[in-house]
Amino acid sequence: MIQLEGIVKRYGAFTALDGITMEVPTGKVFGLLGPNGAGKTTLIRIITRITGPDEGRILMDGRPMSAEDVSIMGYLPEERGLYKKMKVGEQAVYLARLKGLSKADATARLKDWFERWEMSSWWNKKVEELSKGMAQKVQFITTVLHEPKLLILDEPFSGFDPINAELVRSEILRLRDLGITVMLSTHGMASVEELCDSIGLIDRSKLMLNGSVQDIRRQYATNTYRVDIKGSRIALANALSFTGELIDAQEHGENLTARVRLGKGSTLNDVLRQLLPAVEVHGVQEEIPRMHDIFIKVVSEKQPDSITKGMTE
Amino acid sequence: MNKINLIIWREFITRVRKPSFLIMTILGPVLIAGGILLTAWIGSKEGTDHKVLVIDTEGVIGTKLKDGKAVSFFLDGHTWSDSAFKASPYTVRVNLLADVINNPQADLYYKTLPSEFAMATIRTELEKAIELTKLRDEGINKDAYDRVRKPLDLKKFDIEKVGTQSFAQERALIGFFFGYFMFIFIFMYGVQVMRGVMEEKQSRIVEVLISSVKPFQLMMGKIIGIALVGFTQFVLWIGITATMMVIGLAVIAGDQYDPKQLAEQGVTAEMQAQLLKEQGVDAGAFDQSVITDLIEQINIPLVLAVFLFYFICGYLLYSSLLAAIGSAVDSETDTQQFMFPVTVPMIIAIIIAQMAVYNPESPAVLWCSLIPFTSPIVMMVRVAMGSAPMWQLALSMVLLILTFIGTTWLAGRIYRTGILMYGKKVSWKEMGKWLTYKG
Repeated sequence: MIQLEGIVKRYGAFTALDGITMEVPTGKVFGLLGPNGAGKTTLIRIITRITGPDEGRILMDGRPMSAEDVSIMGYLPEERGLYKKMKVGEQAVYLARLKGLSKADATARLKDWFERWEMSSWWNKKVEELSKGMAQKVQFITTVLHEPKLLILDEPFSGFDPINAELVRSEILRLRDLGITVMLSTHGMASVEELCDSIGLIDRSKLMLNGSVQDIRRQYATNTYRVDIKGSRIALANALSFTGELIDAQEHGENLTARVRLGKGSTLNDVLRQLLPAVEVHGVQEEIPRMHDIFIKVVSEKQPDSITKGMTE
Repeated sequence: MNKINLIIWREFITRVRKPSFLIMTILGPVLIAGGILLTAWIGSKEGTDHKVLVIDTEGVIGTKLKDGKAVSFFLDGHTWSDSAFKASPYTVRVNLLADVINNPQADLYYKTLPSEFAMATIRTELEKAIELTKLRDEGINKDAYDRVRKPLDLKKFDIEKVGTQSFAQERALIGFFFGYFMFIFIFMYGVQVMRGVMEEKQSRIVEVLISSVKPFQLMMGKIIGIALVGFTQFVLWIGITATMMVIGLAVIAGDQYDPKQLAEQGVTAEMQAQLLKEQGVDAGAFDQSVITDLIEQINIPLVLAVFLFYFICGYLLYSSLLAAIGSAVDSETDTQQFMFPVTVPMIIAIIIAQMAVYNPESPAVLWCSLIPFTSPIVMMVRVAMGSAPMWQLALSMVLLILTFIGTTWLAGRIYRTGILMYGKKVSWKEMGKWLTYKG
């Protein structure tokens, strides 16, 4: 869908984005990750053409992006708001018309959405009468109403209660299944694993990680397995001998749940071959690192002083 | 519908629909017309009929004093003690001093303070009576005196337009009125533009909007939409005020200046003119022909065209600057430091325009009518007066257009960066930097 090639953005002496090259695949959910102040919002603003890059270019479906491409985008900014004094329905129609829908078309689609999300009674209310969560729902609808091909959501779950967050989550997946490309920025790593097919992780203006969630998690795998056995800790440790290393273990009566890291050059099969004669194996599962851990590892390892820097930015 | 039209429409309709617009539309004329009518009414209305006791111990006053509206005179040659006056039905006592002929002075004591209108009647009547006595004492013939005293009628003529009398000053005043209207409008609605920008920034809707439209479109849409609100309001105001004034003046005039009623009270036409003159209405000088001459002398199409041009360009110039200010700050209180340099040229313009009415050829007036930030208001006066050569008018217009393009461009650049900038105390230096950012 979108290819970024060497995007650089400077604000005076400060470099907000430093040579970002990555691809957002079509029809997938792409997660844009990074600590606060890393440059995510700047990157999104460049894609939505709110601001221009100092260097680099953006390709859309293979050709350089033009001003008209904005009309096929739907953008939900992190800092969102509505005109407080305007009525909900009228405002939603106005925003849809700015995206190029006709008045009749916008009204019909909105009525449909409002019905589906059970908020028809809000139509003639002023925005200031709505709760924050309600306003967020209105805003989400106005973002997707013109059926964009590219949906860009900056922190889409912030401000929602769990029920509404779930509603938005299932809506994102529904839209993806319709073939819409979704780019979302979030700090919720659990939703990254659940929603995203691929990610890009930006830290301090640079792209640190890019690829499918599966691949990245596997890449960060440490060859650690969770092994459930019946037997003692000593028996397990002895049986492992040189094929693996016992990291820790928890005993539950006769049973033991242990974490085992493979030794250099050995495979899981080697370990099992050693274990099977010695203990009764109930289950084995590879420990794939959580995105949460990968995030922290990547962000903190490159910059030991990241915490203090993050605060001042 | 085009996007900018949509923005204009929203800015217009949301403002016009507000209850405050309706209230202001009705309240404005009520306040303006009401204010004028109330002062006219209070000025003319007499609470009580004044019975004026004139104490003339020296017998200076030889003729009968003519009673006026709500004023009747009673002459007495004896001194009255204060307590006697208090007990009497008279409401005002005037003591002519003993040497009033040589030292024209009199003391007025009142129970209820007479209005300016009544005071004027009292003063005029006494003056005339004393004057007559003086003339008699000096042995001067009254008719001869009247002939001698006739004031010089100094008429002005522009040598280029021989044949018609010149009303340059009156025309300048009309120009000043147009300029003043511009000043008020630009201020009122320019500030509304600034507030509107701040509202969009504070409510954070702006980022959603500029993902659909260009920041420049958003800014211009707002500026034009608010101008239309202003036009609508002013048209309604003028309509309502005019209607109210016509009705109101008819009521007051019918009450106060009915010639028949005045005639019944023994007030002559001369006296009526005198009374009007005392109130600042120069009935004699402002006869019909003068007004027609004045109107004939003003190049109405030119003045209106120039007015529209300067009005629109001046508004665009200032409102774009105010929009830039609104985009740069986070709250109303932060606007002060940036508002100051924008308001100063406006205030200078109004002061210079006032000067231009009386001294149109001064260099300050010339320069200010060329410098774009002051030219709309000052040039308006010069054009109405007819003192601006065509080349100066053209130069001033070109400069204004160039400046307006320049400031709108500058404002657009500050605006598009400013609206996305939060939580930062903005300085002039900072704003300067924004100009170099790549859009």
